[in-house]
Amino acid sequence: MALNLKQTAVAGTMESSDVMVTVKPSSEPGLKIHIQSNVLTTFGDQIRAAVEEVMADFGISDAEVYLNDKGAIDCVIRARVQAAVCRASGEGFNWKGEDR
Amino acid sequence: MGKIALKRTSLYASGASPVNLLQARFYNEDCLVYDLEDSVPVQEKDAARLLVYNLVKYQRPTGKYVIIRVNGIYSEFIDEDLEAAVRARPDAIRIPKVEHGYEVQKIAARITEIEKAAGMEVGSTELWCNIESYMGVLNAREIAESDPRVVALALGAEDFTASMKASRTKASLEIFYARNAILMACRAAGVEAIDAVFSDINDVEGLKEDVKLTRNLGFDGKTVVHPRQVDVVNAAFTPSKKEINYALRVLAAIEEGKKEHKGAVTIGGDMIDKPMELRAQTTLAQARAAGINV
Repeated sequence: MALNLKQTAVAGTMESSDVMVTVKPSSEPGLKIHIQSNVLTTFGDQIRAAVEEVMADFGISDAEVYLNDKGAIDCVIRARVQAAVCRASGEGFNWKGEDR
Repeated sequence: MGKIALKRTSLYASGASPVNLLQARFYNEDCLVYDLEDSVPVQEKDAARLLVYNLVKYQRPTGKYVIIRVNGIYSEFIDEDLEAAVRARPDAIRIPKVEHGYEVQKIAARITEIEKAAGMEVGSTELWCNIESYMGVLNAREIAESDPRVVALALGAEDFTASMKASRTKASLEIFYARNAILMACRAAGVEAIDAVFSDINDVEGLKEDVKLTRNLGFDGKTVVHPRQVDVVNAAFTPSKKEINYALRVLAAIEEGKKEHKGAVTIGGDMIDKPMELRAQTTLAQARAAGINV
């Protein structure tokens, strides 16, 4: 079942190798991803794909996601988006879902 | 991970900081401890748990023994920490402030449930128990023998001295008994003994003195809190020529015994048993890790 985003939430920091992720509920249909990164030209598509994959795992199709990237690798991006979504929904992470 | 894996140094890296976690793998520590406890602020526990899970599962460093330190047994975070930590598949989970064997058994039972749910081999997650109080020291043997998952006890000196109302000094006489009590418990249980942190990261000479005692007492390794301590501690655990020669003799005698189909072999009248074989292999592994050609 899809998570319901209730509020705006942030996860991550502005430290090197990290990414600050802001997730906002949206009444507009679709996923809007805004990326700010020094490596946008090279890795923009990869960052976007990582975000889309995490949002799909949560079953969320309508939201705004802002990323201020400081050189985070994929699994850091995944972790920060997961944390921001859990905070925005007020729900804990579904660990049993990782067993699939 | 084999039983003779080196555990000379275990370096803590904060689960709150990706750069800290990612850089830690490039030092020479044998064990990398991804920390969810003391180095993570309460409001960041959820994010750190997800970060450590993703990094251990998808960016695991090669050639290192990987440990996740979870929050305390009685903390509000322990259940979810275990859900994440077990599924990340580290070599071991490090439990802080253990005081009784039944606490370990409770954690081990929960880990078994998670391993089953995740389709993992039951028993594949090892346990390190941090002994950080007078009660933990008094019950060290019970803790070391409480569950087959337990492979190491580690002394936490700061909390231990606080529990004793003692002062923490560089001479460390206040932890001398605790060090020996933990060592004896570990030897009785056949698990590894890890010594406490030397806290002053700027005092290299002090660290050298401290780790000399660590090794002379018989510890298998030491926890370190800063990368600059890693090489100093590793060097202290480099075996002497005499130790290397003895290890080679032990292994040669075992080989000879196998060829001659002997049930038991001896060196100078001393029977060679399995722990001696493991110790000899560890000595040679330590020597090779230090660049000695054996």
